[in-house]
Amino acid sequence: MGTNIIDLEHIDVTFQTGKNETVQAVKDVTLQVEKGDIYGVVGYSGAGKSTLVRTINLLQKPTAGKITVEGEVLFADHKQQISNDKLQEKRRNIGMIFQHFNLLNETTVLDNVMFALKHSKLSDDEVEQKSLKLLDLVGLKDKADAYPVQLSGGEQQRVAIARALANDPEILISDEATSALDPRNTNQILDLLKDLNEKLGLTIILITHEMDAVKRVANKIAVMQHGVIIEKGELRKIFLQPQQELTRQFVGGSLAAMDTLRSMDLGTLKDDEELYQLVYSGNSVVEPLIIGLYKQTGVEASMIYGNVEVLGNVPIGMLFVIVKGTPEQRDAAVKFFKDQDVEVTKIDDRGIWHD
Amino acid sequence: MTEFFAKYFPNVVQLGWSGDSGWGTSIGQTLYMTFWPAVFGGILGMLFGVILVVTKPGGIMENRTLFSISDKIVSLFRAIPFIILLAFIAPVTQLIVGTQIGTTAALVPLSLGFFPFYARQVQVALESVNYGKIEAAQAIGATNSDIIFDVYLREARSELVRVTTVSLISLVGLTAMAGAVGAGGLGNTAIAYGYDRFCNDITIVATLLVLVLVIIIQLVGDVLAKAVNHQNR
Repeated sequence: MGTNIIDLEHIDVTFQTGKNETVQAVKDVTLQVEKGDIYGVVGYSGAGKSTLVRTINLLQKPTAGKITVEGEVLFADHKQQISNDKLQEKRRNIGMIFQHFNLLNETTVLDNVMFALKHSKLSDDEVEQKSLKLLDLVGLKDKADAYPVQLSGGEQQRVAIARALANDPEILISDEATSALDPRNTNQILDLLKDLNEKLGLTIILITHEMDAVKRVANKIAVMQHGVIIEKGELRKIFLQPQQELTRQFVGGSLAAMDTLRSMDLGTLKDDEELYQLVYSGNSVVEPLIIGLYKQTGVEASMIYGNVEVLGNVPIGMLFVIVKGTPEQRDAAVKFFKDQDVEVTKIDDRGIWHD
Repeated sequence: MTEFFAKYFPNVVQLGWSGDSGWGTSIGQTLYMTFWPAVFGGILGMLFGVILVVTKPGGIMENRTLFSISDKIVSLFRAIPFIILLAFIAPVTQLIVGTQIGTTAALVPLSLGFFPFYARQVQVALESVNYGKIEAAQAIGATNSDIIFDVYLREARSELVRVTTVSLISLVGLTAMAGAVGAGGLGNTAIAYGYDRFCNDITIVATLLVLVLVIIIQLVGDVLAKAVNHQNR
């Protein structure tokens, strides 16, 4: 627990919508983020993602639960545990960027960044130098004197990132920051975030409804639905073996695999057949695997579905095969795959993974 | 030119420029009665406008009591017709400026008549600032005063100029009624020397002069609003 930079425990957020009506936007959510993580939080609109992460810097006060950020308890026992002044200081250590950038339109790009440094101990001159350096970091030094509306969406988001990083935060919360951008700008922003994560050790919470964004940069993922985290963990694990229906919908690649499997009607698997999911590093070559299996063990395997996905720049191959043979032969096949550094998972006729 | 005026606007010329009933005097009075209430009522209105926005439920300094009181004060003064307000607060006027009649005496009811209108206008202008900007400012640890001055007032400044223009024009309208407490001004000239004495030419000229004042305010406002706007070009 000591390495957790953010600790959300049993968070509830309830909104009063009418006299006797309430909406529970977040229900008993517990989430731990470790230093250096890029934690993707995905789910459809209204799932409670934004509400949940807004509790981290108390932009949204939870109804119940405990919030610890960098070892300091911000909220517990239904009330804020630190003074408003302290909270303002704390917030400077938690950068945040938004879907609609939320820049100040009546001030220049440079002033937008300098605004974040208004309460820093630096001299005016140092504040300006630092702001220019930040703009340089996001590649916008030459736009310092422009007004936000003169910039493209991607550029405006870069200014927002520079502003969010002004106080050297340890944590950056990205609330659908790429949702209003075109694909090229989206990827540029994501790569920039990844870069900051690697260079500065920045911990990033990435809220999005785009699975591609998560696949590109995140190392962990939490899937939210109706205010509840229905699945969370290492991206690779969740991606390759989604347990929940919604997760499967989100992780696309597996969804296509499932559709294929369903259309094949697994119920018709014969007694001597078994379905396996093979996962291998994308650099391995697929064909020798199947041929090699036959050559070494004499066991036949037929390919049903294959795909290569890129998770955080690493290509990952995924293959669904039906192995035919006696139980001994099937065991030999599994052993063969494992010897080749291929992850093998048996799938039953309901499409459920078994480790 | 002079002959033209003497022929078609005899009564206008007869009033002259200076003296108690002169045109110069009434123009000066109207400007005087527009300027000072704009300053006093403006400050008061701005203050109330800001208070209404920041203390409202869900505002950055939510305070139901203060919001409710401010809201009721503004609504109350807004509800009183100005001509009645003039009489109604006469004792207060006496207390503040030492007299109940005259141009200076009119400044008190004018300020009080102007401020609630302006407060509502300021409130609407500030509400136009996207709440996301407020949230972004909070997220970088901005204090409430940072948010009021650097976000609300700054981001809404073009809108503020626009509503100030509208408010000033309505204030010019109020000054016309101040004649009721002997404050003079162009409105008084139009009624007392024009309408009451069947001198239509005086009414026409007084009206035109008020129009000129209104147009000048509008033009200056438009130019200024555009100059400080960096959002919608």
